[in-house]
Amino acid sequence: MVPIAKLTIVEAINAALRQEMERDASVVVLGEDVGRDGGVFRATDGLWEKFGDERVIDTPLAETGIIGASIGLALGGLKPVCEAQFDGFATPMLDQLINHASRIRWRSRGRFSCPLVLRFPYGGGIRALEHHSDSPETYYAHTPGLKVVVPSGPYDAKGLLASAIRDPDPVIFMEPKRVYRAIREEVPEEEYTVPLGQARVLQEGSDVTVIAWGAMVRECREALALTSYSIELIDLRTLSPMDTKTLVESVKKTGRAVIVQEAPRNCSVSAEVAAVLSREAFTSLRAPIKRVTGFDTVIPYPRMENYYIADEKRIAKEIDKVMKY
Amino acid sequence: MRKTLAKFSVEYLQILDENGRADETLMPVLGDARVREFYEQMVRGRVFDETALALQREGRMGTYASIRGQEASNVGPALAMDKEDWLFPAFREDASMVARGVSMEALLRYWGWDERGNDVRDVNVFPVAVPVSTQIPHAAGFAWAMKLRKKRVATLVYFGDGATSKGDFAEALNLAGVFNLPVVFVCQNNQWAISVPRAKQSAAETLAQKAIAYGFPGIQVDGNDVFATYVATKEAIRRAKEGNGPTLIECFTYRMSDHTTADDAKKYRDAKQVAEWEKKDPIKRLQLYMKAKGLWSESYERALREQTRKEVDEAVKKYESMPPAQIEDMFRYTYAEMTPQLKEQLGYLKKSIEETKSTGGANR
Repeated sequence: MVPIAKLTIVEAINAALRQEMERDASVVVLGEDVGRDGGVFRATDGLWEKFGDERVIDTPLAETGIIGASIGLALGGLKPVCEAQFDGFATPMLDQLINHASRIRWRSRGRFSCPLVLRFPYGGGIRALEHHSDSPETYYAHTPGLKVVVPSGPYDAKGLLASAIRDPDPVIFMEPKRVYRAIREEVPEEEYTVPLGQARVLQEGSDVTVIAWGAMVRECREALALTSYSIELIDLRTLSPMDTKTLVESVKKTGRAVIVQEAPRNCSVSAEVAAVLSREAFTSLRAPIKRVTGFDTVIPYPRMENYYIADEKRIAKEIDKVMKY
Repeated sequence: MRKTLAKFSVEYLQILDENGRADETLMPVLGDARVREFYEQMVRGRVFDETALALQREGRMGTYASIRGQEASNVGPALAMDKEDWLFPAFREDASMVARGVSMEALLRYWGWDERGNDVRDVNVFPVAVPVSTQIPHAAGFAWAMKLRKKRVATLVYFGDGATSKGDFAEALNLAGVFNLPVVFVCQNNQWAISVPRAKQSAAETLAQKAIAYGFPGIQVDGNDVFATYVATKEAIRRAKEGNGPTLIECFTYRMSDHTTADDAKKYRDAKQVAEWEKKDPIKRLQLYMKAKGLWSESYERALREQTRKEVDEAVKKYESMPPAQIEDMFRYTYAEMTPQLKEQLGYLKKSIEETKSTGGANR
């Protein structure tokens, strides 16, 4: 009998970190408050006690330094898993990620590589301060050389993070903070991985394909209950490289697609999904591809963020419109 | 109550003055052959530099950042490093990279629009870093990895005076201080960040003193004195390897050339200043020293120049005769394994080249 625990996403992430650190002595965790404090969301709880301060490192408050040094740690043969405390605080890291981490393998023609993981909680809905609610996946997904992973539930969170840590390339691992503790799932205590680059069909259906990732998967699940259509729900899981095969196959079957994201619309991941579907499934489409997204504004402070993030009712309404096209 | 909590002083080191006179009390113990090696490496750097500039003017190579005048700041630190140590250059360290074993043709390839110039195996030198200051945290992280892996390896990183104004510099030095990392920070203060003079980068009297705020020593050395850059680096590397943490070395030097071949320094700086620095030339002063010691003669110089010319010419020949890279390379190294998207795009590009060929059109 395989031991199984009911874990939340944040507990599953903690379990993955513990598992990979036990498995591979070169894995080090670093960031602000990740050690003694166990991280502001407790994702690294207990790791410092178990692995000590050479492997679970409280750094100075310096995002550029954390990611820049992580690049150096990776070049020096370690596997850094660094944390940005919030989405909005990961922004200074973009310079190092775009100019260096993502292109070290490429520009050195394979001499060097940069196997690091940057984890951070993203998205709104927790009534946080400003700069604590962004969904910035587009910046990373647009950058050649980076992989971008967004789990939506505990089982995937553990398996995808393990894969990210074992991956030979830099991986951005965005954690849906709104559902950090909202979902409990059975998560095996034993070691397992979930491969990167593969979407997951959460529910099969024949009328319309709904595509989402991260926290919005929960809203989509709730929307399904509000409609009577046969809906195929796909969790993208890895935004880059994208599993277009699964998406295209599904839309060829259903002839309709609704893409749901929290991020602003302009030039976003949903646009790439829509472009792929319009190219690869054009003759199967029975309605225009629909995008349900955040607006092209800054995500509002908590008093108004519920208008910004699509809820299950808005998603259900849009599915209905696509069906009635 | 008011009291003084901290006072500091900044050390300056010069061993060989601009007239080629050495302070014998500060001279490191070097054999004649070693002194000649310093000279020969600087001459290699100079000849390479002149050749690279000529190639660029003739359209045979791309934009290039000259090292002229900075040979002592390039070569001294390189020769102070042990084989196992690692060098993280910025982009004005060609002579340093060459002294550490990077081939001249690889550097020509890099400046000549070919990524393969960065693929230099079996030498502990990282590729050039262009964005300014962003390589400094890499060196700190690399040194950190060596420390955590219990390896007795020092990491040395170069950057310019402009880089000290950037955040990466501050965050990297701060981390290095906090974690006592075995890293040597070498600032080539050549007085100019393109057109902005040193005085406009920082109100601090020296750049070396910035180390003090991060809790470790900083020293300013005569950056045109190869013995001073060597000795300061040697000491810093020993400190690093003995577990005593980082050091910042400010090499006080001068950029004799334009910022790059795309720049015209006459627009913003006084020729008189350049002429003053010409008198402090690092190669000339070592030559004077060697002459006084009987280590330099006209025939030695002739033979050295001839040999170096030949070496550089051969590098140019190799650079220019290398077969072009394959278009696959553009896709192959983006990830460890090509993604389905990249495979598709590579297939498209190949097909597109074939199609335009068969219709007589050019691909670009």
